[in-house]
Amino acid sequence: MQKSWRRRFHLPAVIGTIPMILVAVGVFVIGIGFSVLWSFTSSKLFPTYDFVGLAQYRRLWADSRWLVSVNNIWFFGLMSITCNMVFGYLLAVFMDQRIRQEDLFRSIFLYPFAMSLIVTGLVWQWVLDPNLGLQEALRNLGWSSFSFAPLVDANTAIYALVVAGIWQGSGVTMAILLAGLRGVDEEIWKAAKVDGIPTWRTHLSIVAPMMKGAFATAFVLQCVSVVRVYDLVIAMTGGGPGIATSMPAVYVIQLITVRQNVGQGMAAATMMLLPVLVVLAFSGIVIWRRNRLGGAEA
Amino acid sequence: MRYRLLTAALAATAALQFAAPATAADLEVIHWWTSKGESAAVSQFAKAFDNDGHGDKWVDSAIALGETARSTVMQRVLGGDPPGAAQFNPGRQYEELISGGKLLDLTDVATAGKWGDVIRPKAIGSACLVDGHWWCVPVNIHSNYWAWYSKPVFEKAGVPEPKSMADFIAAAPKIKAAGFIPFAIGGDGNGWQIQLLFQDMVTEALGIAKRDEMYTKKSAEIAGGPEMKGVFTQLRALKQLTDNGYANRNWNDTTNLVITGKAGLQVMGDWARGEFAAAGMTGVKDFGCMIGLNEDKPVVSTDGDIIVFFKQNNPDVEAAQKRLAALLISPEVQVAFNNAKGSMPVRADVDMSTADPCMQKSLKAVDNPANIVTATNRFITENTNQQLNELVGQYFADDSMTAEDATAKFATIIGNSD
Amino acid sequence: MTAAQITATQPIQNALDQAAAGPYGAKPRHVSAGRIGLYAFLIVAALFFLIPVYIMIVTSLKGMPEIRLGHLFNLPGEPTFQPWLDAWLHACTGRDCNGLSPGFYNSVKITLPSVAISIICASINGYALTFWPYKGANLLFGLLVFGAFVPYQVVIYPLIIGLSSVGLFATLPGIIIVHTIFGMPILTLLFRNFYAALPVELFKAARVDGAGFWRIFFHIMLPMSVPITVVAIILQVTGIWNDFLFGVVFAGRSNWPMTVQLNNIVNTTTGVREYNVNMAATILTAAVPLLIYFISGRWFVRGIAAGAVKG
Repeated sequence: MQKSWRRRFHLPAVIGTIPMILVAVGVFVIGIGFSVLWSFTSSKLFPTYDFVGLAQYRRLWADSRWLVSVNNIWFFGLMSITCNMVFGYLLAVFMDQRIRQEDLFRSIFLYPFAMSLIVTGLVWQWVLDPNLGLQEALRNLGWSSFSFAPLVDANTAIYALVVAGIWQGSGVTMAILLAGLRGVDEEIWKAAKVDGIPTWRTHLSIVAPMMKGAFATAFVLQCVSVVRVYDLVIAMTGGGPGIATSMPAVYVIQLITVRQNVGQGMAAATMMLLPVLVVLAFSGIVIWRRNRLGGAEA
Repeated sequence: MRYRLLTAALAATAALQFAAPATAADLEVIHWWTSKGESAAVSQFAKAFDNDGHGDKWVDSAIALGETARSTVMQRVLGGDPPGAAQFNPGRQYEELISGGKLLDLTDVATAGKWGDVIRPKAIGSACLVDGHWWCVPVNIHSNYWAWYSKPVFEKAGVPEPKSMADFIAAAPKIKAAGFIPFAIGGDGNGWQIQLLFQDMVTEALGIAKRDEMYTKKSAEIAGGPEMKGVFTQLRALKQLTDNGYANRNWNDTTNLVITGKAGLQVMGDWARGEFAAAGMTGVKDFGCMIGLNEDKPVVSTDGDIIVFFKQNNPDVEAAQKRLAALLISPEVQVAFNNAKGSMPVRADVDMSTADPCMQKSLKAVDNPANIVTATNRFITENTNQQLNELVGQYFADDSMTAEDATAKFATIIGNSD
Repeated sequence: MTAAQITATQPIQNALDQAAAGPYGAKPRHVSAGRIGLYAFLIVAALFFLIPVYIMIVTSLKGMPEIRLGHLFNLPGEPTFQPWLDAWLHACTGRDCNGLSPGFYNSVKITLPSVAISIICASINGYALTFWPYKGANLLFGLLVFGAFVPYQVVIYPLIIGLSSVGLFATLPGIIIVHTIFGMPILTLLFRNFYAALPVELFKAARVDGAGFWRIFFHIMLPMSVPITVVAIILQVTGIWNDFLFGVVFAGRSNWPMTVQLNNIVNTTTGVREYNVNMAATILTAAVPLLIYFISGRWFVRGIAAGAVKG
């Protein structure tokens, strides 16, 4: 096995990654550890060490807003990641057809990422407002029965969030996947053409599997932004109407900052991170076993 | 030439040092007065402090949105770098700061300035007077108990201007028939506008004494009683008088509906006057104001702003903090600040003759202690407040939730409040 | 060394040139129905993306009385550039009414070092994780990725306590450290995927020539990392330039970034809102990241092409 160099302990590598060690252990492990610790206390405005057992968790799971948040995140996450990936991939494929003005189109699809959601969220609110935006404009044009007010209805507001999320984030997905497409060897296209395979099948069954890395990168970025979704909700609906569009991260942050209830906020944060931990640990074990069995990882 | 410049500079420095006694200090003040009118008001504080003759300097740290500013203050305190002073709303937001010993005791300044005598109503002073010590300075009074209406809308609908909410609800069908939105409201920011309306209605339905009893004794009995069910029923009725664009509307845009004559009436605190003024309206022919929800029973709530001072362990800074505290409540500064802010001063012995008709109404009402409504925030923590916001917002949004359910939930929240 | 470098770099360079040369998709040569459909899709998508910015621009050119009338999609009746001037120079952000401009330099002062340091750290991490993994290195990486999922506010308290105990709370170095910490997970992932896609032979040849950890990094890896570094710069500049939460707490009063002023202009609890100024201020604040997108858009795509594809 020529891989012996990989196994050795290299001091420079450790020295070079001291910042990573400090951040991973010093910030994330210790920081999250404290958060878990505080979730067992009665902390209100400031963290304290007045332990109350599982009381915060009991209050958390009795809170209808938390239950709504938990339901919402699965629905929002599934919708948002699927739509983002599909739309991002479609955009990438269409952008990859030797089109004119590629730079212009790419910039248009990316610009929302650069803008502060405080105001772009407000603009979306205006567009979706029945008295101000699309509905009013189309009615003024003569379509008087047109009705479009997604943010007003507790059942549809979450779709409006998904749409705004796509507007904000699919440009980045597009860029990553477009780059993936460009990495696919031209010979593959030629071969597929010679064999008479339709373009859409080439995409689906040959090219897409080759872009595993690009999809994985885009997917992880999407997951992170879904779990942490906060600005989007605050800017678009503030969690409303009522509590219909509340999300776990919004719940956690509002408990800590607005409601001055650090203990229960940390309990919610701990619950939020639990599924992430399970998924990561599971994939870690899978990779570890594969490495042990297969030996090679590259 | 170069030499001359140098001497001039040295002389200037010396002069500066001479002018400023050794005890001068820079004080950082965190607040959320960021809009144009608010900025003009806070400048009055800053100007007075900069010119207090001790060489002090107001270092302005404005951070928009109360919750953002407050959490920044808390995080700064936790990091051991508290600002010199900070704005809060009277209530329970800062009780942990007092019990944690983070605040500067202002009792000696208060005694010297006779705060206990000059501050009226007593309720506004009690926000700062805890266990016989003064922990903050009340700087103004804002009342949440106002309704604003468009005179042209009522005229075109052919109904008289309202003297009470009951008048308004009776007239509402005609306003609707005339093609207007009778009642304007917005549901942004966790539904605080709806909660403000709700609290106004609670006070009207229960009366001040019973309302106070409910909050102070955490009485689930009163909270679940027939009056409260009546409030929820009326709230549902008001919902039917609004338009379907209310969900995320912020209060400015709600007021704008009244300004532009699209809607009839809005219930909002007295800061709404700023919007009418900015639109060039005078309150003579264009808009009207109804104090409380009933002109015959005028009430004024003691919401408003207070300033706290953080312990700095530096006698020079503490002296400057106390100078600022005394200044904030001095008659001249009170008049200048409150005229710019559109709020009421916390003392009666000042000249407010230049105030507009709506302000005159509240100045008249505030003199009678029977009209004073203690701010809801004084009784409940921010946690309970947000739970109430959610309940009321959810009830308003969801027509399938019955008034009985809502009343029961309200009683549970009040009964369990901390 | 040089020989190894040349031979090893060549295939990579070819790959990069290929990626740079442009798209490889199906290439119809005639104006066909499919071609028209293609442009129709892209143009409709572009219109969807452009709705908000169109509204922002027309609103920013209207006066407040016109905005109060509500006609959202109408062009301004009497276009005025006053809101733009106000946003940059005169809008009130508390006692001071100097618009956004005072914070611009602070934002630059925070963004430049934060971007540089976070990228240097992350590139070393990615390099070490790929070619020099020591025992436990991948566990550390897993912890980092886990950290990416935590809402910032949850770890803000321990961070405040930690930084203030070493005297860096509310200082410029303090805010730079914070940005480096929170940029690290995603950037490390990016660089790790990039280096993992490079041929191992490259590294082995350099090892045979006797080059060590730092020498291989500086002489071989770093020169080849330009494209992925551009990607990292774009992500970091956007994130740090638009940051409000950390800036307002960790930077200290004297280093407050531009977003604090933006927030003060745009948000108000009980004050009057000037929507035209808000729109202009938002576009002005986004100008720096936007400029970077326009300049480096091509590099963005090439960079990821070389990195994330095979990761």
